[in-house]
Amino acid sequence: MRRKVYMIAGYNTVSMGTGRKEFNPKKERPGLEEYIKEAGQGTLSQIGGAKNVDECVIGNFMASRFNRQANLAAFFPFVDEGLRYKPAIRVEGACATGGLALMSGIKSVLAETAEVVLVIGVEVQNTVKAIYCADYLAGAGWFKNRKEGHAYFFPGQFSDRAGVYFEKYGRDKTRLALARWFRNAIENARLCPTAQEHHNTVKDLEALAMMEPNGKTFIDNLNIFDCSKVSDGASAIAIVSEEGLKRCGIPAGEAIEVMGWGQMEEDITKPPVDPAELTTTKQAVKQALASAGITRDQVGTAEIHDCFSIAGLMCMEAIGFAEKGKGADYILEGNTARNGRVPVNTTGGLIGWGHPTGGTGVHQAVTILEQLTGKAGDAQLNIPSDRPYGLTVNMGGDDKSLVSIVYKKG
Amino acid sequence: MSYEERLQHVSVLGAAGKMGSGILLLTAVEMADISLKPENKGKPFVLNAIDVSDEALAGVMKYLKAQVLKLAEKKVVALRKAYALRPDLIDNGEIIDQYIFDVISLVRTTTRLESAFDSHMVFEAIKEDPDLKISIFSKISANNPHQPWFFTNTSSIPITKLDEGAGLKGRIIGFHFYNPPAVQKLVEIIKAAGTLPEVEAFALQYAKNLRKVVVPSHDVAGFIGNGHFMRDILYATAEVERLSKDFTYVEAVYAMNRISQDYLVRPMGIFQLIDYVGVDVCSFIMSVMDNHLEGETIHSPLLDHLLAQGVKGGQFSDGSQKDGVLKYEKGRPVAIYDPGTKAYVAISGLQSVVDEKLGAMPVPPAWKSVVGSKSKDEILRSYFGQLASSSSLGAGLAKSYALRSCEIGRQLINSGVAMNENDVNTVLLTGFFHAYGPINNYL
Repeated sequence: MRRKVYMIAGYNTVSMGTGRKEFNPKKERPGLEEYIKEAGQGTLSQIGGAKNVDECVIGNFMASRFNRQANLAAFFPFVDEGLRYKPAIRVEGACATGGLALMSGIKSVLAETAEVVLVIGVEVQNTVKAIYCADYLAGAGWFKNRKEGHAYFFPGQFSDRAGVYFEKYGRDKTRLALARWFRNAIENARLCPTAQEHHNTVKDLEALAMMEPNGKTFIDNLNIFDCSKVSDGASAIAIVSEEGLKRCGIPAGEAIEVMGWGQMEEDITKPPVDPAELTTTKQAVKQALASAGITRDQVGTAEIHDCFSIAGLMCMEAIGFAEKGKGADYILEGNTARNGRVPVNTTGGLIGWGHPTGGTGVHQAVTILEQLTGKAGDAQLNIPSDRPYGLTVNMGGDDKSLVSIVYKKG
Repeated sequence: MSYEERLQHVSVLGAAGKMGSGILLLTAVEMADISLKPENKGKPFVLNAIDVSDEALAGVMKYLKAQVLKLAEKKVVALRKAYALRPDLIDNGEIIDQYIFDVISLVRTTTRLESAFDSHMVFEAIKEDPDLKISIFSKISANNPHQPWFFTNTSSIPITKLDEGAGLKGRIIGFHFYNPPAVQKLVEIIKAAGTLPEVEAFALQYAKNLRKVVVPSHDVAGFIGNGHFMRDILYATAEVERLSKDFTYVEAVYAMNRISQDYLVRPMGIFQLIDYVGVDVCSFIMSVMDNHLEGETIHSPLLDHLLAQGVKGGQFSDGSQKDGVLKYEKGRPVAIYDPGTKAYVAISGLQSVVDEKLGAMPVPPAWKSVVGSKSKDEILRSYFGQLASSSSLGAGLAKSYALRSCEIGRQLINSGVAMNENDVNTVLLTGFFHAYGPINNYL
């Protein structure tokens, strides 16, 4: 890389939606602009204010429908007047939006057009019921497939993938592994005060998650516990150069350094190459690890895109933590748990922490920042010195838009 | 004429009422689902919503729209299949909107009874007045060339009487929904002596398509539901009177309402249920039953007395509770009407006095926690066991109340209204949301 790139000053709002005690769908809640403001100010206050920012990036998937709002870059001066007349851009790549926002910031720093970039990812989805939410999120797929698709379009896509996977590698064990995935997600979320499932008190989580899927009312191969949350939330982080670190007065030890990435797209109009694997994810992670010059065995923790439990399982195989077809065993042996070989989604991931779609990629970076710099609170891991790297996988659509990033403590 | 053909032209009488609007909704949805089948493309489907005032009918369309929206959101997986051949409908939102439009499009609101002259079947949910029903049925029957079938929602009038009175020759059946029809799973089906077998077959098919639980009842005034409910009221009011030695009137009403709700583990106390149905409606049902039942008096002087003072209960059009025997705040009883002073007396002021008079009681399980519980039987058996061994006044009142309820149930079987114990219990469980059937061996 032509120069070092760091991330600092992460901030997450609460992931609001079903699961949170204070959530009441019938009552008025903060709007899109309030989430943007809270997250933006949360990061600005840690870096010496807006005067230190050169550029801004906001990631958002579908405010045009959820909130009937576009032109989101113009919300930066609303976050802080000090951002008036500064360059800003809005990026979109479905659920990989947050990852793309980070990439945009990284490239500005690399291009030396900025020393400090403020990045915000946001989505406010509880403006409509889940059945309409499904319509809006279907925009992540090819619109020409929407008519033939399931009422719950993306759950339908991943249910189909799960069906193929079950057929190939066995249903019973896989369903058990998906239930374990759910349990890990919720148990991790309980350790993080901003997580949507933070208040969850269910005793036997695996029994709950073993509920038989019902294709008549939902989808054939997955139940609601296999799905990520419908969330309102925003995350923010600052992407900086070495000079940017100095300007913000933050020591490198409180930053994470970007070591490498894989960013790529697959043809949205084509069906999956192999429904039983995440082929593009596999490529993106491979590229990320190679560009960082590390192997997966050096990864100490990973934040991965479990929009559905089956996607989480397939991602374990795509990264190479588990062999193809052995994802269920890998999970059931406890490797992904917080005391396992490589703890995954340590604040709950998309199923436990929440999935404010455009914000998720940024949230993943904030979690890695907290874990690698010892600021993860009750969710803190002990990162082993021989495996100091953090890995993120942020996926948009059905394995179409991918951003995978490798980090290390600065 | 097939089931589907018969449902091509239907009228609902009393469509703006609480029962009528629910029947209208369920029928409109059933008709729309039939009309959406590919083989029925292009066939006209008409549902007349007939009532006496345009104002009330305006409210019905609002109700229909809101309810169909809810239903459509729930069944969107099926609706996507139903509209699979419509390339212009892509989003769930578009499909739901189209479905609402398709359901609403079937419905024609009108105040003209003549609209029913073209219908193949007529649902009736008008006032519980036998003469009025007979005159309307006769008029439609005389002017309608299609020999229409009549589905009456009467909850008390013998169907045979309506059949004979209107000269329908068996083209009628009792199809008694519970309130509100869109929610309550139960229907009582009552055949008149001459009900045609094809009318009954249709009724069973229709109930099945609406996913209702059917309980057959014999054609004896009051049928099973009101047969139990009205006698339950008479027992409670008699107890109020009996208690008057040691209780004031309002204390006694409070005591019996509390006994029948909390200590019998029911969703509502008996006086709240009277208000829910309406004091006037209860009184009217009693008079109908009284006319038709020999050797038994079904009459409550207390209800008449309250009615004479304008105490009516019933519900507002949004479903909230009007004041009646009890006064309500946010749906909860807060005061009791005292006919002596013609004013409501706050419950909070007499609660502790009454509870003291009732004496030590076992702690009853909450109805809400019992009704869906898998160990319901165990919980109830244990509670009633404690009640049985308790000797306080309150426990005594609760025990006799439960035993009387059981006796009423058995009487319905012995007098030939219900076929068996199971039918009686099903009506109380599904139509009245009781946590257990009245015929049991808990005590």
